[in-house]
Amino acid sequence: MYETQYHRASSVQDAVSRMEAAGEGKYVSGGMTLIPTMKQRLAAPSDLIDLRHIAEMQGISVNGRSVRIGAATTHDEVASAAALKAVCPAICHLAGHIGDPHVRHMGTIGGSIANNDPAADYPAAVLALGATIVTNRREIAADDFFTGLFETALEDSEIITAITFDAPAKAAYQKFANPASRYAMAGVFVAKRDNGEVRVAVTGAGANGVFRQMDMEAALAANWSPDALATVSVDATDLLSDLHADAAYRANLVKVMAKRAVAAA
Amino acid sequence: MAKVTMTVNGRQVSGHCDDRTLLVQFIRENLGLTGTHVGCDTSQCGACVIHMDGKSVKSCSILAAQAAGSTITTIEGLAADGELHPVQAAFKANHGLQCGFCTPGMVMTAVDMIRRHQGQLDEATVRAELEGNICRCTGYHNIVKAILAAAAEMSGARVAAE
Amino acid sequence: MGVEGIGARVARKEDKRFLTGKGRYTDDMSVPGMKYAVFVRSPHAHAKILKVDASAAKGMPGVIDVLDGKQILADGIGNLICGWMIHSKDGSPMKMGAWRPLAHETVRYVGDAVAIVVADSVAEARDAAEAVVVDYQELPVVIDASKAIEAGQPQLHPEAPNNLIFDWQIGDETATDKAIATAAHVTEVTIHNNRLSPNPMEPRAALGIYDAGDDHYTCYTTSQNPHVARLVMSAFYNVAPENKLRVIAPDVGGGFGSKIYIYPEEIVCLWASKRTGVPVKWTSDRTEAFLTDAHGRDHVSTVKMAFDASNRIIGLKVDTIANLGAYMSLFSSAVPTYLYATLLSGQYDIPAIHANVRTVYTNTAPVDAYRGAGRPEATYLLERTMETAARELGVSPAELRRVNFIRSFPHQTPVIMNYDAGDYEASLDAAMQAADWNGFAARKAEAANRGMKRGIGMSCYIEACGIAPSAAVGSLGAGVGLWESAEVRVNAVGTIEVLTGSHSHGQGHETTFAQLVADRFGVPLDSVNIVHGDTDKVQMGMGTYGSRSGAVGMSAVVKALDKVEAKAKKIAAHLMEADESDIVIENGELKVAGTDKSVPWFQMALAAYTAHNLPSGMEPGLKEGAFYDPANFTFPAGCYICEVEVDPDTGRTKIVQFVAADDFGNIINPMIVEGQVHGGIAQGIGQALLESVHYDASGQLLTASYMDYAMPRADDLPSFQVSTSNTPCPNNPLGIKGCGEAGAIGSPPALINAITDAIGNNALTMPATPQKVWAAAHAAK
Repeated sequence: MYETQYHRASSVQDAVSRMEAAGEGKYVSGGMTLIPTMKQRLAAPSDLIDLRHIAEMQGISVNGRSVRIGAATTHDEVASAAALKAVCPAICHLAGHIGDPHVRHMGTIGGSIANNDPAADYPAAVLALGATIVTNRREIAADDFFTGLFETALEDSEIITAITFDAPAKAAYQKFANPASRYAMAGVFVAKRDNGEVRVAVTGAGANGVFRQMDMEAALAANWSPDALATVSVDATDLLSDLHADAAYRANLVKVMAKRAVAAA
Repeated sequence: MAKVTMTVNGRQVSGHCDDRTLLVQFIRENLGLTGTHVGCDTSQCGACVIHMDGKSVKSCSILAAQAAGSTITTIEGLAADGELHPVQAAFKANHGLQCGFCTPGMVMTAVDMIRRHQGQLDEATVRAELEGNICRCTGYHNIVKAILAAAAEMSGARVAAE
Repeated sequence: MGVEGIGARVARKEDKRFLTGKGRYTDDMSVPGMKYAVFVRSPHAHAKILKVDASAAKGMPGVIDVLDGKQILADGIGNLICGWMIHSKDGSPMKMGAWRPLAHETVRYVGDAVAIVVADSVAEARDAAEAVVVDYQELPVVIDASKAIEAGQPQLHPEAPNNLIFDWQIGDETATDKAIATAAHVTEVTIHNNRLSPNPMEPRAALGIYDAGDDHYTCYTTSQNPHVARLVMSAFYNVAPENKLRVIAPDVGGGFGSKIYIYPEEIVCLWASKRTGVPVKWTSDRTEAFLTDAHGRDHVSTVKMAFDASNRIIGLKVDTIANLGAYMSLFSSAVPTYLYATLLSGQYDIPAIHANVRTVYTNTAPVDAYRGAGRPEATYLLERTMETAARELGVSPAELRRVNFIRSFPHQTPVIMNYDAGDYEASLDAAMQAADWNGFAARKAEAANRGMKRGIGMSCYIEACGIAPSAAVGSLGAGVGLWESAEVRVNAVGTIEVLTGSHSHGQGHETTFAQLVADRFGVPLDSVNIVHGDTDKVQMGMGTYGSRSGAVGMSAVVKALDKVEAKAKKIAAHLMEADESDIVIENGELKVAGTDKSVPWFQMALAAYTAHNLPSGMEPGLKEGAFYDPANFTFPAGCYICEVEVDPDTGRTKIVQFVAADDFGNIINPMIVEGQVHGGIAQGIGQALLESVHYDASGQLLTASYMDYAMPRADDLPSFQVSTSNTPCPNNPLGIKGCGEAGAIGSPPALINAITDAIGNNALTMPATPQKVWAAAHAAK
């Protein structure tokens, strides 16, 4: 790891001030991606501004079907939140399968979304749930937030403070893990609204990161059942190919995971 | 160089270290507690698992500075008064270790796992919960057996106490 | 057996320190003034070094010094060696290229060490290592061994034209060709044995300490055989004479073969300690381990197996190309020859066998022994071929094996080995019964109802362990004798220390070796200590690998115990005025048989040291040593059965049951033996299902971390059903065969035979990743 200077922020405003004073600063929350990346000398922030202790970014609130998850809420807290499980068990299931128990004790929803790793799980949920990303400056629709591999709409020093969404009528997430890293090789989050709107978001497979599978959305809007996906063909053109899975195999996995998610929802 | 203070195994400790110092380095080098190990560079092997504020975490992926002010338990802090913790005893009774290198992380993971599941564990759950810990010697067979035995004993003991 | 003696399921004495964080591994060692080393490594798979410029690095914060390959050459440190001479079939010796501890002219694989940086902290050393400027002139690269021996390929070493190290053969080619020509059926297959990274969880480490006052070196290192390390560093690398070099292998976190060898890093740390005047510690990170720990396997073979009309094997012909990487590691030449081709008879009575083996340099990490070492390659080749043959011949896999089993012993194979004992049908029957083989059809039908493809596969393995008779291996080219030593010290209070040249890095010697003593003298296990891993404490030893610590190391202990027992009986007889032939040792007492006279063990020991009343002419004290050189290899064997369910939609394989029935001869501690089998099976399953080292065409390692190299995790594996049968080994005093490698040897073919059975497509290579299985399952439709 290169040298860096650590700051513990006491509030969102304090964090922003410290970031604006820093040269090449980075926010760190759980640090479960950033610290390993720094260890490998693939990132070299001059300053690290720790958001983990900011009270206003913590916690989950559920009002009817309206959900707000503070950005510094850990995966473990999301996975085990009873009130959230009652209205949207799919996101609890997803959170409970990120990384491993130790990673889930540190990693946070805000950190995962801000990092936008193409194999991370949360971006699929955020996109399929049509969630809103709340920052210290504005609210950003999920459709506008993820802009490419490790790229988001966040501006310099902008901080995600919460994620909000309305619980869907039905939803589920299924992933097929890379045998080595255990990150998603294909992860599909399906969600159906009371009004019949369907969203299908895919992570782990896209060459440009998380994306919506519109053909599946149309098929499922017409007929919410795994069988409805039988005739949908998944285009492998923009899918990742690597040592573990080529694009054609990933296309197959996307379809299989989507079917299983619909069946599980 | 910054001064970092935390509570480790029940004692308040302080040390000076670079901000880039990992918690595991602080524990091993500043505090001399070498039971916590490093087996990989990518936060996957779990040899470095400790408890921070009561929860299992990977000390190789946290800066010492991030952990300042927290309460830490390492493998050296688990056995009370020289008596093996029930999880340690179960690992011994069930031959849940061979070379011993992954063992501290496995034991700390098992203690956390049993706590979160209130001792209600089955084989499939234990295997899934071990996703973040790699052992090369045992094939996990006896580790799983040891954790199930410890969970049964600890929940039995709790029932008896209630 | 007593509760702590031979055959008892004793919990391990060493566990407490590991369970409480008190283990002492090399990286845990800290000495005053110690500094930290980071190696500058080649980013290129093949390049000329034009210049190493460390001037900027030397001025960086905390840096003590930066040392390079020209300096270590000037100081007379020698080349790394391969310790087993193999001659090609034309009689010429193997063609070994130079391996420098720090490259000064040419780098030949990514990770080749070029310089060492010593600094106050690891972080500062790494900062400085990045500032060492090395000018490279890149050279063309060859990765694939089959390609490397073709004409016109990049050449790694001037000594080895066309990268060919040796072209070796064993067996009778004429007889084998004749058998194939007259066969009723010939099964032909191509077998790939995938390259693996051993991955002990403790990365390699070395701490070199030079004491200028005594001109003496101490090396703490992660070694399976510290005495061999001292011997080699002294005799070949000119680090220091043996009397000026102490090598200590303290607690070692797994080895699996990869810690047998003497690598550049420990040599360089010792040398750098003298050059810098400070103790120098280096600890590998995991990526360095992937880059530089010796890899295992990497064979490609073509096989012809000839059958007569009654399905008996009449000939086996094998042509193997083995990739040895960029340099010849310590035992690399022995692995694809005498540890491999000598086992090609398997459990079968095969009258004619011929194997040709070519070993090849490529721009990849050196390849050497990894758990099983040659024997997994032989077993995988044979058992995949047998399965293929059974399918082609339309007979059951069990029947084909039964027809061909060796049934009388001793049995001389056509490839050197003389099997001493075994009952292969007993293992096969035990495994089939445990696996409920006959109930498989119903389970397959039930799985099909759930949309799953269920398959079953078996593997009957044999291995040669306890390496090995020194004269025999010497005649085959080994540079060392493969005996073992022991010393038993009875202290004046009756407690006992056993010094052994074997080294425990997970095998539990501190318990099992002590069980031998408890069994012999009836003393408590707690009164026995095992001392190992330190050249200053133990006189000499050959270390632990090849499942040899029981068969060879313990046999040496037995010989020393015999001597102790004889002297103890003499002393006791003298004290009780009895005849020594009437003395029996039971429950910690020396008794006169048939009387009520006895002397407690401790009292006899005290008498040995007070020496007030010893038999006339007897030397005081009670300490005996022994060297044991085995008469033959030992031959563990067994049958493994694996049952799987394949999800045809994703290609994921789930192992639903795994049965191992092994014959290890006599067993000292069944709990520890089972643990060895579990671990071996997990590594075998890892090879078959998950693990593979991949380089790209430019020689970059694609699987350099656990992000891309799939290690078996708990949820990849089932619980295992293990059992043992016993035909005692007639060639050592304990009747032990060895158990350390069996699991890794027997399991890969059982698993691949099961998956190919499930998907109905025999064309599948290891590792059977979901993508490959999915594609193969669809191709079968």
